Amino acid sequence: METAIQRNVVKGDELLVVEDVKKYFPITRGIIFQKQVGSVMAVDGVNFTIKQGETLGIVGESGCGKSTLARCIVRLLDTTDGKITFEGRDITKLSRAAMRPIRREMTMIFQDPYASLNPRKRVGFIIGEPLEVHKLGTPAEVKSRVQELLEVVGLNPEHYNRFPHEFSGGQRQRIGVARALAVNPKLIVCDEPVSALDVSVQAQILNLLKDLQDDFGLTYIFIAHDLNVVRHISDRVLVMYLGKVVEIATRDMLYREPKHPYTGALLSAVPIANPELGRKREPIVLEGDVPSPVNPPSACHFHPRCPRFVEGHCDVDEPPLYSFGNGHVAACHYPLERWPMGADEIRRAGAPVQAPPPREEVPAG
Amino acid sequence: MALLEVKDLRTSFQTEDGVVGAVDGVSFSIEKGQTLGIVGESGSGKSVTCLTIMGLNPRRTTISSGEALWKGKNLLTAKPGELREIRGDDISMIFQDPMTSLNPVHNIGKQLIEAVQLHRDVSVKVARARALELLKAVGIPHAERRIDDYPHQFSGGMRQRVMIAMALINDPDLLIADEPTTALDVTTQAQILNLMKRLQEDFGSAILIITHDLGVVAETADDVLVMYAARVVEQTSVDQLFGRPQHPYTWGLMGSLPRLETDVERLTQIPGQPPSLLRPPAGCRFHPRCPHVMEICKTTVPELVPTQKDPEHLQACHLDEETKDREAAKLLEATMAAEVAS
Repeated sequence: METAIQRNVVKGDELLVVEDVKKYFPITRGIIFQKQVGSVMAVDGVNFTIKQGETLGIVGESGCGKSTLARCIVRLLDTTDGKITFEGRDITKLSRAAMRPIRREMTMIFQDPYASLNPRKRVGFIIGEPLEVHKLGTPAEVKSRVQELLEVVGLNPEHYNRFPHEFSGGQRQRIGVARALAVNPKLIVCDEPVSALDVSVQAQILNLLKDLQDDFGLTYIFIAHDLNVVRHISDRVLVMYLGKVVEIATRDMLYREPKHPYTGALLSAVPIANPELGRKREPIVLEGDVPSPVNPPSACHFHPRCPRFVEGHCDVDEPPLYSFGNGHVAACHYPLERWPMGADEIRRAGAPVQAPPPREEVPAG
Repeated sequence: MALLEVKDLRTSFQTEDGVVGAVDGVSFSIEKGQTLGIVGESGSGKSVTCLTIMGLNPRRTTISSGEALWKGKNLLTAKPGELREIRGDDISMIFQDPMTSLNPVHNIGKQLIEAVQLHRDVSVKVARARALELLKAVGIPHAERRIDDYPHQFSGGMRQRVMIAMALINDPDLLIADEPTTALDVTTQAQILNLMKRLQEDFGSAILIITHDLGVVAETADDVLVMYAARVVEQTSVDQLFGRPQHPYTWGLMGSLPRLETDVERLTQIPGQPPSLLRPPAGCRFHPRCPHVMEICKTTVPELVPTQKDPEHLQACHLDEETKDREAAKLLEATMAAEVAS
């Protein structure tokens, strides 16, 4: 049986392979005869892989396509182009019925714990619903499983009959986690799971997610805009800008030696909770806003805001994902030589990367 | 004389379920050119403190006591007309969500001109020139063209700049910023914080910044108030707060913060939830979540008193100072070690 083979996947194997995935949303005009006048290139050719048991963090500013990418991976949205392989099986074009057993293997945790739980259903039903959908067990079995799940995420099993409004924000997010865990998934896509929470509660949820990963061998895709949180939870980090990957590296490499100026600017923009250290450093402040994905800038999308923009190169020639060893890739012709860098220093672009290596189809981790 | 002096401010709201004490005995003062930060989690009373000072709470259901002396005049007993004179002129406010605080059916030029004309007897032409000047000062590109745009035509960061321009248009002496960057991305946040710092240098206004982000406080404030469940638990300079924190709640906040510079396997979490203000716990309000809880904490409210080493450093905790210094040192060692190394 297929599932039997799938269960044999050992840690270290590729669980998910995303190849050149694109998602364009059409912009239409007209009421009756709608014609397409353009498209929003929300995700524009993204490649990455995730190994089993690993956490991949995805960071970027709002509108960079991180949530769209997450929704494409779990097939809540159909991709425009590209291929998503889950456990060696191409799931990009599967029908809804064929997708259903796979939905047991990958679930999602959403950002807003207030909006993602049905206010008119009891907690027991909310957490048990995935089990019913997949016909896993009798009502009695479902109930005991739900109570077990409540305990796993740190809630009282007696809360089974309560409604979501009786819980605080942090507790609701725990319910969201329990629901995602119900069907024993392999991959959980967390879309900004802690952004709406206070710091002390955020720490509780982050610790919970880490514990669950250790206990159940889960794989996470963790989307957030908070670089501190991503650093804390991730093994590898992917940085997105305007629908494209600008850098992928292991957590330590990315935070210690970022190569892409955008990653550098993001890192230096994070306020440090240490006044002494904060006064010493000189943040690189990016001017302007993220451009529109309807009409992105030519070649390197970052060039209009880039402190090391070289005219005639960056705006003409799109940088491929250059490799810097150990799976560290960055899409920049003039990568950062060192880190940290001052605001003046970063403006002096060094020599461009010589003889670009052939573009790696799937940058391996 | 301090610009604004708040003494023993208390605010409670009458609700269907009973009286909620949202602010319980807050005192502070702000001097000209100074930045004061108020940190706390949601529901700790930091926003209500500012709304009370500005007289923006619903009048019918709010009971306030204490004093908020603005240049010697008590704002809490001022008439609505007098408050209107002060609001937007001497004291102005930036709110968290720029989309809901700008009027969507008027262009921003009109809203900025209105702000000027409410307080100054000037022509539209003069007011518009002033609006344009401010839009340029806050760094809105092509200000001449964009002044006639509507709020929805601006991005989040740009809208927040418009809000700042509107707040500064009458040269306020005090700017109250309620979570000014919470809805923004890090890069935009850095732009806005930089802008506020620069404008403070240029205009010399005092800033009262409310935030839940310890990083933002560390980068902007001179003095800090830490609030928990409607009360101040610690009040000191920013260097003291981060260098020698004296309250278990402050330790909890710092420990639960994931940091860019440091590796920790597990974050120290504060167990439990913040208490309901309808029925706050007796004694120290933090005691049900405090890892250092003692018998006295459950019955006696700790007073906000200076530490022995520093009379400017106020804290409200029954623990003895030696233990606290030891705990603070432990915490700092855990969080700072990697910073020194890198």
